[in-house]
Formats: sequence, C-alpha cells, structure tokens
Amino acid sequence: MSIRGKAYIVGSYEHPDRVIPDKSVSQIHAEVCRGALIDAGLSFSDVDGLFYTGQLNMGGTALSDYLGLTNVQYLDTTMTGGSSPVFQIGHAAAAIAMGKCKIALVSLAARPKSERPVRGAPNPEASFEQVFGTNTISMYALAAQRHMYEFGTTSEQLAWVKVAASQHAQYNPHALLQKVVTVEDVLNSRLLADPLHLLDTCVVTDSGGAVVVASPEIARDLKRTNCKILGQSEAPKHQNNGKIDLTYTGARWSGPRAFAEAGVTPRDVDYASIYDSFTITVVETLEDLGFCEKGRGGPFVADGGLLAKGGRLPVNTDGGGLCNNHPGMGGMMKVLEAVRQMEGRAHPELQVQDCQIALVHGTGGSLGTRMGSSTLILGQEDA
Amino acid sequence: MADVVSPNGHPTPVPTVQPEVKPFWDGTAEGKLLLPKCTGCESLIWFPRPFCPACGSLDVEWIEASGQGTIYSYTVNRRGAGDLPEYKDPVPYVLAYVELAEGPRIMTNIVDCDVESVRIGQAVSLVFHDTGQGTALPRFRPA
Repeated sequence: MSIRGKAYIVGSYEHPDRVIPDKSVSQIHAEVCRGALIDAGLSFSDVDGLFYTGQLNMGGTALSDYLGLTNVQYLDTTMTGGSSPVFQIGHAAAAIAMGKCKIALVSLAARPKSERPVRGAPNPEASFEQVFGTNTISMYALAAQRHMYEFGTTSEQLAWVKVAASQHAQYNPHALLQKVVTVEDVLNSRLLADPLHLLDTCVVTDSGGAVVVASPEIARDLKRTNCKILGQSEAPKHQNNGKIDLTYTGARWSGPRAFAEAGVTPRDVDYASIYDSFTITVVETLEDLGFCEKGRGGPFVADGGLLAKGGRLPVNTDGGGLCNNHPGMGGMMKVLEAVRQMEGRAHPELQVQDCQIALVHGTGGSLGTRMGSSTLILGQEDA
Repeated sequence: MADVVSPNGHPTPVPTVQPEVKPFWDGTAEGKLLLPKCTGCESLIWFPRPFCPACGSLDVEWIEASGQGTIYSYTVNRRGAGDLPEYKDPVPYVLAYVELAEGPRIMTNIVDCDVESVRIGQAVSLVFHDTGQGTALPRFRPA
C-alpha cells in the first residue's frame, strides 16, 4: 500500500502580500483557497476534503464555515507548526487513495507580523524550558553551536544559505527582502544568539497559500500540467527522555521512508524546497535527507551550493523563508515553489530545466527541543 | 545539595508547578535536583514526569542528582526577548543544555561567569536561584 501516483497537486496559489494589516486570517484563507481553486479550474462546491493550518479556534471547522463548504467529508487540522501543510498533503493523498475524498483543499494562513499569535496554555514541559529564557532563535542557536562543535561547520558556511536565498529572491517581486546579500553582510549583521546573526533568520510576514490535491481521475479531466505525488513520510523528533541530540532533525527518519515510497533517491532530485526557518535548519536537513554525508552540510551549501545556476542542488528558488515569505509557518510556501518548478512556472532565470523530481521538506517547531518533520516527493508524470 | 541563592539580577520566573511534578519543585527550594527514576526499568527520566518514556511504567521514585555536569551546547542570547515577559531585558544571558553526570541533558542557564568564556564541554556545577515562591530554578556555574 502506497500513495505513489494516487493523488496529484492540481492547483496552487500564494498570497502576493507580505504585510496584511487590513484583513483577518480567515479572509487570507479565503483568498488563497479561491486562488488555488481557480488555478485548478475547480470551485468551492467541488471541495470534499479540507486540510487546515493557521490560528483559528476550531481550526478547519471554522474555516469550512467561513468558506461556506458544505460537502466536506474529510477534515484534518494537524498542527506541527510550520511543517503542517507538508504533513497534510501526504494525509490528503492517503485520504484520496482510500476513497475518503476526491478534491482536497490544503490551506495555510497566518499574520504574525500584524497580530501577535495568542498562545494557549503552555504544555507541562514548558516549566523546564521557558523559565530559562527560551525563544525561537536561541533554540536553533543551540543546535547550530553543537553542529559546529561536532563537525567544524562555520558561520561562513551557514551564511551561504542566506546568500543563495537572496540571490533567488532578487527575481521574486513579492519577496519581502529582494536585496542580494554577501557572506560578509551576514557575518556583519547583529549577533542575536551565538552563533546565529540577524541575517541567519527567516523573515516574518503576514501571508498564506493553498494547494488543491485531487484523485487521478479528477487530475486527468482537468487537462493541465499536474504534479504527481510520489511519496511522503513524517516523524516527530524530540528530547528522547533526556538524550536529545541537536545535530540531526526528524528528516533522518521521514526522508528515507519518503524516498522509498517514491522509488527515487537523493541523486534523482532536480529541485528541493528545504524549510529554512534559520540557516542551520537547511544544513542539518540536507544531511539528514542524504544529499551529503552527516556533518558535511556546511561544505555542501558553501560557495553557492544551493544556487539554481551552478549549484550542487537548486534550493528555495522563491527566496525561501529567509527572504521571501514566512508567515510564522512556512511549509506551504515550500510546496508552492516546488509546484512552480514542476509546472515550469518558476522565474525564467531560476527555472530548473527538465525538472522531473522535486522534494519538499518541512520542519516545524524547534531544532532545540521538538519538531515535526515531513518529506514530500513530487514527480513529473501525467495522470 | 546545592546552594539556594538570590538570583542576583538574573530573571527568575516562577514556574508553573503541575501537580504530578510537585516533588521536583519542592526539592528545588531545598537545594535538591531530583530526577524521576523508573522503579521498573531503572531509567532516569527527563523532563520530570511520573511516567517512564522508556518502558511505560507509572512507578517512579525520585533520586537526587549530584549537581555536576558538562555543557552539551549553549548560546548567548543577546536579543533578550525570551518567550516569557521576565526576559524583556536585553542583558545577554547564556541558555544551555547541561549533560548531568547522571546522564540526562537538561535545559538551563550558565550563570556567575563571563558570557564570552562559556564553552561546550566545560565542567559546571549546580546552583539554585530562589523564585521567592517556594521554588528555585536549577542553574549552573563553572565548576
């Protein structure tokens, strides 16, 4: 049993705005869902599966109310932080493969730039973490520091991840940061939490995005270029009862399983969207997915390793979360650029020629404590 | 046993004490770092909970840690804004994982030191910062 070839991404849409002071998160969902359905040639009344990521109480239930969906028979509000949509596309494919739904809308919207997210009551473990002054960047810094200690990774190497993102973002008119930066710019930016600098961090935006996942029969009828879902796997990674190892991510488990389901290897991947909350996130993930040996992520990303032109592996050609779009949770944006590459709709300067296989990896939560990891592999095969 | 001292300027939020880990927090006020230990498989448990993630048992006892450890990883947080409001002050502080002599890696702060001098592998020892509310935060300083 596998999802290979059982579902297709048939429509996608990224909100063009990055600062949205005048619309609610529900309205952003409505705009991106409408955009994805129009892209697919479908309408809201066709939707029978809803996969929701965002800030609303009652999650997907509230969104189906706002959107007026009356035919939903499969509802998923998985919350693994920014990686949620990358989980959900796999879940949607599985639901479609099992006949639970045929046309699934997967939507993410959030506006952390304009509206500070309201947090629920902290989990019990928070009393053993937050009291010591945790914040998002310092948790990733703990991982970066240990990675440097064990493998000799350098700040210069991490900086190359940002440099590649900025090189790509200059072609994206919607990117929040479109200025090309150098390794020196990153190293000279303010040190926020050793060893991470201001420019090692992602942007914070208000935005959203959506995709439509559909059965092979629907995909065939739509008569458009569709991305076939070849494989997906996921894993939580956590502190493991006091034995936390900060040098790897959940991609160590989700990656090999997704490759096995897809029937491809890292060598076959033409383009990769790698979750880039921070530069270190990309380095550890690339190692765990098998694009290089463990500990060699620094040399892999250095010297333009992630550039669309001349790189070892084209990564995040939209400018990524580091420069383009990261509404607190950026997994959907990772999917959207992979779909653009597969459909030949990336920027002409950055379009990977003959892009046959694309990989998406989402990392939600924190490298410093616990994360949700999901790997999704897309192929260029007709229905 | 370790000293329970005034935080001396370090932000010291009062932890939320969940009922099942009250023995842990009661211990901190007395200068004891108590670790749950599974009475079945004898695993040490971190973070504290009366449940063994190694074997699923609910039967745990509390043992006192030696208070010695080494730094597994650290960062100097220079931006200052932590998740809790007590950390609004931008004075740099060290967030770390310390590997206890007993094994578990626990999140903590390194205090009573030049923040620029902290290194992975450094030997550290326990000190408690009193919250004034019947609990104390386990922190570490260079040994």
